[in-house]
Amino acid sequence: MAAHVTTPGTVEPKMWMGGIEPMKASYGKLMMWFFLISDTFTFSALLVAYGTQRFSFPSYVGDAANFTFSNMYWPIPEKVYEAVPFLHGISLPLVFVGIMTFILIASSVTMVLAVEAGHRMDRANVEKYMLWTILGGFTFLGCQAWEWAHFIHGTDSGTVMKVIENGTWVEKLVHGANLTENQYGPPAFADFFFFITGFHGTHVFSGVILNILIFFRSATGFYDKRGSYEMVEKVGLYWHFVDLVWVFVFTFFYLV
Amino acid sequence: MAEVHHIHEQDPNAGAEQRKAIWKTFWILLVLTALEFLIAFTVPHGTLKVTIFIVMTIVKAFYIVGEFMHLKHETKSLIWSIIVPVIFVAWLILALLLEGNAIFEAIFK
Repeated sequence: MAAHVTTPGTVEPKMWMGGIEPMKASYGKLMMWFFLISDTFTFSALLVAYGTQRFSFPSYVGDAANFTFSNMYWPIPEKVYEAVPFLHGISLPLVFVGIMTFILIASSVTMVLAVEAGHRMDRANVEKYMLWTILGGFTFLGCQAWEWAHFIHGTDSGTVMKVIENGTWVEKLVHGANLTENQYGPPAFADFFFFITGFHGTHVFSGVILNILIFFRSATGFYDKRGSYEMVEKVGLYWHFVDLVWVFVFTFFYLV
Repeated sequence: MAEVHHIHEQDPNAGAEQRKAIWKTFWILLVLTALEFLIAFTVPHGTLKVTIFIVMTIVKAFYIVGEFMHLKHETKSLIWSIIVPVIFVAWLILALLLEGNAIFEAIFK
């Protein structure tokens, strides 16, 4: 009998009665995970669509050295992305996107260091690492803005392409890319470039905004007063997810 | 407040092991990315190259999700709730790549 005595007003907690954390993760963290899974579906949908289009188009056959842009086949990525700021006219394939990848991985590291400092309630270090993460985010966005600008304006010489205009085939000099014409390959290639890198860039942008908010709140002592830096961890999950998406975009857009 | 104070008095070396693991992950990711560049310019284009890239991407994803996002150290039920939907997504990708290839053959062959 004594073993079953309960204090009036308290109920023995069970898994789905509140007060207990299913999967040993707090409510906010668990919901962040489920949000990220749903975001994974969105990004996967874009990558699936890209893959389907890519596989239904002819590939360039022949030596990479003799490659020329044409809308008859899908371009080789290292021939498209070979420009670096301040080094006009020099062919540096994939160098700039490599720098961007490094920046994003580095900012992911500073983010996880901020999370770790948060576990120790080390406000000074949370602030320091959040600032580095914000800086990395802005640098990445700046790089992407430059890359888009270059992609839209195109190369100096442009590409002569055979396109259908008013029902007849005509030869036309195309400079750069937009949603209807593309000097680097089929228009679908540019469409996917804008959509997928743009959607990822939007995520980076909102991540930077969230990071600034977290920095502000830790700098003003909000989390010290609350007694927990878990918010840093939740936003950290989002930031790492953005990095993760970039790893996939990098492989499927710039390497394969 | 008392609890907060208590944590402040902790050993300053707390978390040193965790920080070491973080930097180790960083170097792994960096080396893998550098290797990807090497392969991009040395291995001829084809199925082998694509396979290498996909495997390396999955390894990188494993380190980001497992270490940075800490999923490796969560409960098993949480790990599986994340992995199972992703397996279905992987199947969807494969299925639609095959579909894309079928469209290609229908048009160009």
